Amino acid sequence: MGCIACVGLLKDSEDELNAITLVLKKQSSISIEADSICPDLFAGRSQSEIEALPAFYGRRKVTLGDLFRVEADAAIPMARHPGDRSDHVVVRGYLQHVKHIGQGMSGGLITIHSDVGMHLGAKMSGGAIIVHGNADAWAGAHMSGGVIQVHGNAGAMLGAAYSGERRGMRGGIILVEGNVGPRAGERMRRGLIAVQGNVGEFAGARMIAGSLVVFGTLGARAGAGMKRGTIVALGGLADGLLPVFRYNCSYRPAFLRVYLRRLGEWGFPVTSEQIESVFHRYAGDITTLGKGEILVNDQH
Amino acid sequence: MQINGVEIEDTFAEAFKMRCARVVITAVNQKWALTAARVATGFGTSVIACGSETGIERLIPPDETPDGRPGVSILVFTMGTKGMEDQLMRRVGQCIMTCPTTACFNGLEGDKKVKVGGTLRYFGDGFQISKLFEGIRLWRIPVMEGEFLVEESFGVQKAIGGGNFLILGESAEVALEAAEDAVAEMEQVRGVVMPFPGGIVRSGSKTTSQYKFLRASTNTAYCPTIRSQVESALPEGVNSVLEIVIDGLHERAVSEAMRVGIQAACRPGVVRISAGNYGGTLGQFNFHLREIIGER
Repeated sequence: MGCIACVGLLKDSEDELNAITLVLKKQSSISIEADSICPDLFAGRSQSEIEALPAFYGRRKVTLGDLFRVEADAAIPMARHPGDRSDHVVVRGYLQHVKHIGQGMSGGLITIHSDVGMHLGAKMSGGAIIVHGNADAWAGAHMSGGVIQVHGNAGAMLGAAYSGERRGMRGGIILVEGNVGPRAGERMRRGLIAVQGNVGEFAGARMIAGSLVVFGTLGARAGAGMKRGTIVALGGLADGLLPVFRYNCSYRPAFLRVYLRRLGEWGFPVTSEQIESVFHRYAGDITTLGKGEILVNDQH
Repeated sequence: MQINGVEIEDTFAEAFKMRCARVVITAVNQKWALTAARVATGFGTSVIACGSETGIERLIPPDETPDGRPGVSILVFTMGTKGMEDQLMRRVGQCIMTCPTTACFNGLEGDKKVKVGGTLRYFGDGFQISKLFEGIRLWRIPVMEGEFLVEESFGVQKAIGGGNFLILGESAEVALEAAEDAVAEMEQVRGVVMPFPGGIVRSGSKTTSQYKFLRASTNTAYCPTIRSQVESALPEGVNSVLEIVIDGLHERAVSEAMRVGIQAACRPGVVRISAGNYGGTLGQFNFHLREIIGER
């Protein structure tokens, strides 16, 4: 998977000068399906070939070039090598209804300067996506690797499983600076979701493995149906815990220190009090396997 | 060649290929990290009878450890990778996991991996928890005190064992003082440990014995009390010899440790600095004393 610094998440915006830039030509409330906006698909393609990649405008099949102004040096084919700036795709414009950006990507970097539509980075297995805005529902759904960083809020079903699927996110890291909607990490199988703000209800519902760290308030009914995995409530509980979670003990988990220190390096507001804090450990959901845990910060 | 009036013999130390692992131990404070480290590196002077050669490499400040707590790194040397897995299991399982508040991390990338936490996890009796973070698997094992955290796998790399030098002194007191000062300087060098008690060997050995059931016996050529009864290597005026053995991650580390150690040992009352070898026929590494000293 690689560390966040390695995939370039911490690079400054100077790199955008050499990135492929897509600018949405016209603001619209019609849904656009743009899963072609993916570094894997841009690799080795010329500007005109990128413009010819398919997209959907509502139910109408179009091309990326019909919807976006593509700015890239047509003389240089987009070859994909580690650290090559042609791996970097920048997307601008009114993107609230543009869906599936970065879907299935396995490398490279996408930087989005706007709010962005649903299914961002769904099923991605590598690379990184940075959103300077909010992300709509299903961001990181079924992802297995890579990093998604949202500087704003994220919608419902963050890193979750699609309806009818048994397992959600398998790996990777999702970092959100704002708040997150309900059912974050539902049926999560592994990986890490960290949220600086509050998380809505049913977080970690039917979680199988993985870690969800919430710096704000953890919403009601967290961990419902949880089998394994970890939910960390650093900022307290909005409405207590479900009665299917049983108190075990109060202690200082060593593994959490490792996670929190790393999150601090990634820009999260981790305090030394949080690292040294005592956590109350609740195990559940006892109606299922019951090996999940919710760790509640003693200071709340 | 002389340093501070001490003859540096024109000879070399013969060292051998070994395998090494680095274990990073953290705990609630330095006292407990050191306690675990000392116990884990106890009975680890020689592969002849201890299974591995071990020692404390350095103290690690909290901001350099994975969990931000005070730490100690230890190095473990074995002849092969298979033996390393066994030794780490024993030492981590019996000496580190048993010590209050400790956590245990891998400190070496290595060219091979051995399972440690991945096997120790069964002590959790089904209640152990795995955490996969940035490609590294950590095991959380429930214990009476709380929870023991250990990495699943530890890196093992090629290393060197058996670097050495001998301090030939006019008296046991002078030889000991010289050896203590030498070890104090050598402990500042990263990537090496001196596995014998306090870093010093008082009973250096040779690889032969008149007894068929023994692999090694006392180094008679350097034993002062039987000087007249053997083919002695002792010059006049020498009444005590101490040896310092160095195991290290790479040649440069061993060489540097020997250099600073020899420099620190040379003083009035030390007659000669020598080294142990087998004629260069057994070991893969030769550390020539005069070359090491002359490097700087």
